[in-house]
Amino acid sequence: MQASAQDTPHAKHRKAGVVARVRQWWSQFIYQWQLQAMIAPGIVFMIIFNFIPIYGLVLAFKNYTVVDTISGAPWVGWENFRIILSDKYFWDSVWNTLGISAIKLSLGFVLPIILAVMIYEVPWGPFKRIVQTLTYLPHFFSWIILGGMLINWLSTNGLLNEILNFVGVNASSNYLLDADKYWGIAALSDVWKEAGWGTILYLAVMAGIDPSLYEAAEMDGASKIRRIWHITIPELGTMITLNMVLSISALFGSNLDQTLILMNTQNQPKSEVINSYVYRIGLTQGDFSYATAVGLGVSIVSVVLLVITNVVSKKINDNQSVL
Amino acid sequence: MKRTTKVQLDNPQAMHAGKSLRHGSMTFNVVNTVLLVIFTLIIVIPVWNIVISSFASTQSLSEGGFVFWPKALSLDNYRSVLQDNQLWRALLISVLKTAIGVVAHTLFCAIFAYPLSKAYLKGRKLYSAMGIITMFFSGGMIPTYLLIKSLGLLDSFWVYIIPALFSYYDVIILMNFFRQVPASLEESAKIDGASEWRIFRSVILPLSKPALATIALFHGVAQWNDFMTTKLYITNENLYPLQMRLYDIIVRSQAASDMGNVGQIVLDTTSRGVRLATIMITIAPILVLYPFVQRYFVGGTMLGAVKG
Repeated sequence: MQASAQDTPHAKHRKAGVVARVRQWWSQFIYQWQLQAMIAPGIVFMIIFNFIPIYGLVLAFKNYTVVDTISGAPWVGWENFRIILSDKYFWDSVWNTLGISAIKLSLGFVLPIILAVMIYEVPWGPFKRIVQTLTYLPHFFSWIILGGMLINWLSTNGLLNEILNFVGVNASSNYLLDADKYWGIAALSDVWKEAGWGTILYLAVMAGIDPSLYEAAEMDGASKIRRIWHITIPELGTMITLNMVLSISALFGSNLDQTLILMNTQNQPKSEVINSYVYRIGLTQGDFSYATAVGLGVSIVSVVLLVITNVVSKKINDNQSVL
Repeated sequence: MKRTTKVQLDNPQAMHAGKSLRHGSMTFNVVNTVLLVIFTLIIVIPVWNIVISSFASTQSLSEGGFVFWPKALSLDNYRSVLQDNQLWRALLISVLKTAIGVVAHTLFCAIFAYPLSKAYLKGRKLYSAMGIITMFFSGGMIPTYLLIKSLGLLDSFWVYIIPALFSYYDVIILMNFFRQVPASLEESAKIDGASEWRIFRSVILPLSKPALATIALFHGVAQWNDFMTTKLYITNENLYPLQMRLYDIIVRSQAASDMGNVGQIVLDTTSRGVRLATIMITIAPILVLYPFVQRYFVGGTMLGAVKG
């Protein structure tokens, strides 16, 4: 009698309940029309500026030329992705992105933790504040400004050569024209810019550590280093894993501003990253579909990395998801 | 008491423990301070070098050989930059887009966050799910470009303002702040016959100044520093902000030095002075305002981190 289950009195009753609930929901929705009207512009914004571009990703499976509309362009299936796999320039850009990110990640992840602990241990307030103020500062420079600065520091009669000459090393080269040094320059300049700012969240966590933990450890004769190792670092655990998950998922995210300003004809083989490749192929050469496919492929890999690192960190962190 | 005995048993020198500990932390403090000073100098010296180089005469720039103080100071670099009408125009665009952008963005996000802060809002789950999706997924560069193009925002001043109106990160911060406003305040306003809009404007906004200031500050820096919007969507030089001007100057001088022509060296040094002065003008508002607003930034970041 399953076919006619709809007609049993019980189901009818339930159906009436659903209708009533929907009606009630709507009447409440209309009753809150003022609030709903306030939220509407934001919803419209998200649909236009976030969800329509997500729909635009279908371009990756089409052959779009400037005369077409997105929906009018012919489907080509996986063709774009097939070309990507045999594209030497694409793989170069992937390799550069990963190389730069790996250096950035290994330094830029550890340094803020060390720095935060050091700042936390400063006993004298004013010195603490001076250090913080000065190390946060570069975070507020745009990459264009920092790029302009780097070009000066690394030029033939720039700061770096002056310092090397002062120390007794005879040096006069333009480091940005040396492709082999680009990965280091890109990663180190990023670390220089963000290391101080990266300490903020750790310092916020440390401000909440119970001081009696330290007092007890001191009573037990633990040295300063031991106290840091056995109390401060474990207390930072969650924040450290959170930052690790986020930075590993950013492995493929390459900094377009930085690349555009530091790239020149000499270092391009080592400085082209995925984003700048997408920019060049898509917007300057007009191959929209191919560039979208590259971008889509990389975002999918990033999301997969995010999910994997989150699962792994859950295992490490007693099943506590950090996301 | 038990603990003390144990320490004494484990460590024969426990009687002197207090002293040796103090000694140990003294060494620690000295090493810690020295390392922090070195780290701070690594930040400060390069920045100072740029500041002082921008005041160096063309000749000292070409001779080089200074880190802290050039052989001759001069205002020539600034003079030649400030004579450039395009730079004044770029400054105007930067100021305008920052001012309008900050007000529009903060208000837009606050208006969205207010209803969302109410647990009884119908459709709340859907709205916040949409918001979270925008934080993790996007169409990327090309689909966004095509959208901006079809909206007719290419080469329009409004491309600086409209696409930057909304950020779900900022909405989360504001929403958490609005939740802390006591419900009784709103209820009493409601009893007095105030509309939701009126409550938002006269009760919520005045009470949320710290959160609003945080969002405004962050968006202000983002707008001032933003360069990609111009690079992607603007070709009309009249709409270039300072960042794009600076980019242009840098790229042009890079291209000149790429050619490696000996005759270019003089030109290169002059353009280096121009570049330095432009960097300083672009960075000046940040350097001047930074000491005053820094603590708000720090507070704001924590506000976002604790509940975000």
